[in-house]
Amino acid sequence: MLDADFFRRWMTATAASVEREAERLTALDSPIGDADHGTNLQRGFRAVRAALEKEPPATPGAVLTQAGRLLISTVGGASGPLYGTLLRRTGKALGDAAEVDERQLAEALRAGVDAVMQLGGAAPGDKTMIDALVPAVDALGDSFTAGRDAAEEGAVATTPLLARKGRASYLGERSIGHQDPGATSSALLIAALVAASADTEAGGE
Amino acid sequence: MKMLINVPETVVADALRGMAAAHPELAVDVENRVIVRKDAPVAGKVGLVSGGGSGHEPLHGGFVGPGMLSAACPGEVFTSPVPDQMVRAAAAVDSGAGVLFIVKNYTGDVLNFDMAAELAEDEGIQVAKVLVNDDVAVTDSLYTAGRRGTGATLFVEKIAGAAAEAGQPLERVEAIARQVNENARTFGVALSACTTPSKGTPTFDLPGGELELGIGIHGEPGRERRPMMTSGEIADAAVDAILDDLTPRNPVLVLVNGMGATPLLELYGFNAEVQRVLGERGVPVARVLVGNYVTSLDMAGASVTLCQVDEELLRLWDAPVRTPGLRWGM
Repeated sequence: MLDADFFRRWMTATAASVEREAERLTALDSPIGDADHGTNLQRGFRAVRAALEKEPPATPGAVLTQAGRLLISTVGGASGPLYGTLLRRTGKALGDAAEVDERQLAEALRAGVDAVMQLGGAAPGDKTMIDALVPAVDALGDSFTAGRDAAEEGAVATTPLLARKGRASYLGERSIGHQDPGATSSALLIAALVAASADTEAGGE
Repeated sequence: MKMLINVPETVVADALRGMAAAHPELAVDVENRVIVRKDAPVAGKVGLVSGGGSGHEPLHGGFVGPGMLSAACPGEVFTSPVPDQMVRAAAAVDSGAGVLFIVKNYTGDVLNFDMAAELAEDEGIQVAKVLVNDDVAVTDSLYTAGRRGTGATLFVEKIAGAAAEAGQPLERVEAIARQVNENARTFGVALSACTTPSKGTPTFDLPGGELELGIGIHGEPGRERRPMMTSGEIADAAVDAILDDLTPRNPVLVLVNGMGATPLLELYGFNAEVQRVLGERGVPVARVLVGNYVTSLDMAGASVTLCQVDEELLRLWDAPVRTPGLRWGM
């Protein structure tokens, strides 16, 4: 079972990988965006980590809704509302339970991804974060590792796509041949689930 | 790239502190990132709030003042502000007559202003929104994020600002803002990329001897790259791209806008060519504005915006305005 501490570790692990990969995310955002994806997520997840260190919420759902709210208040751009909505809606779907299982998390995440699709209007294949998140949610039923692999494959598979949403869409054909930064950061979020559960198996931090 | 900054993390806050020092007529909240007319809320007047990423100065903060915006929300460089800023701005300027959000059509700006509108309405503030999407370089279809908001933003903010100043109700100010946007089109070119403080290197690689046609204002590359053209050839390309999409029956306002690093000497020369093309195409010109108004950091290049105006819009354009970036008649 996954408790609030697991969700805290998930967010902390995401913050750590955003720190580690910020330059790469910004570099991916240069040819088809405006070169700030890494910086913006860094600002948001630093705020999430700081709040969790101060006073972590008591339930899995509350950890995610708080993180989502903070991302909306600190990130800006499209990423703030989209990532914020993803975590808030996932958190809301988890309800007040003190512990949830992997299947419940996968279902809640699906509700979060649906909310992101509704808000941003993107569908699979539009070269957005959705292209990593949808396959990840489908695979999470098997295991976190399968989810991570599916997200990473989904992110890589955005390279040949023509962008239809977001700033990359202004480039038309010239968006082809570049991996989508949002799909790449979404894969980091999913991969952090594996890191967070590895911490449990190793007996915590 | 050398920049006149301390550290990249504080460029926006530093600029706001400097703006506060230069413009005592504005209330600049550096911590919460909101720039407000000091006399707001003005009794009975509709509040006009805009905002967007920083790096486009004087847009939007430089257009706050009598006759134009009531408040502006600057985000990080090229990053939409967050809903908290817009709600704070709306609350500061609402006199009870409602607030109009002027939103440039970028996914981030739209999402954040939408969230802010909901939150402001929860606080009992009546909010209307107008989307600015004037950039003809982007194919407008269901399958893209749609046209970008660029130079026409200045026309919308000025003309709707004059309508609000004249005491027009929210529905009317909103309708006028929409009318301005619908009648305005922009086309931009870049001679160099720009450099964001956080990245420190140009956002795209533009070799000497080439230019980008159809650029936006965020350092994103354009749709097409060509060998360098003369000012006259660029004016032909820009005006014709606009006239492919807009057939003015009334006279037009012309904005020849610098992207940040192109000298006024070149902009005025470019304007001469723009006026030549407009003359050749038989487009009557009502007013011309030349300068750096909707910029993209240190990008070299220019954009042309045409806005078709009837008598009412022209009268509102001519009405007095007093802001850091645009001032006449008062």
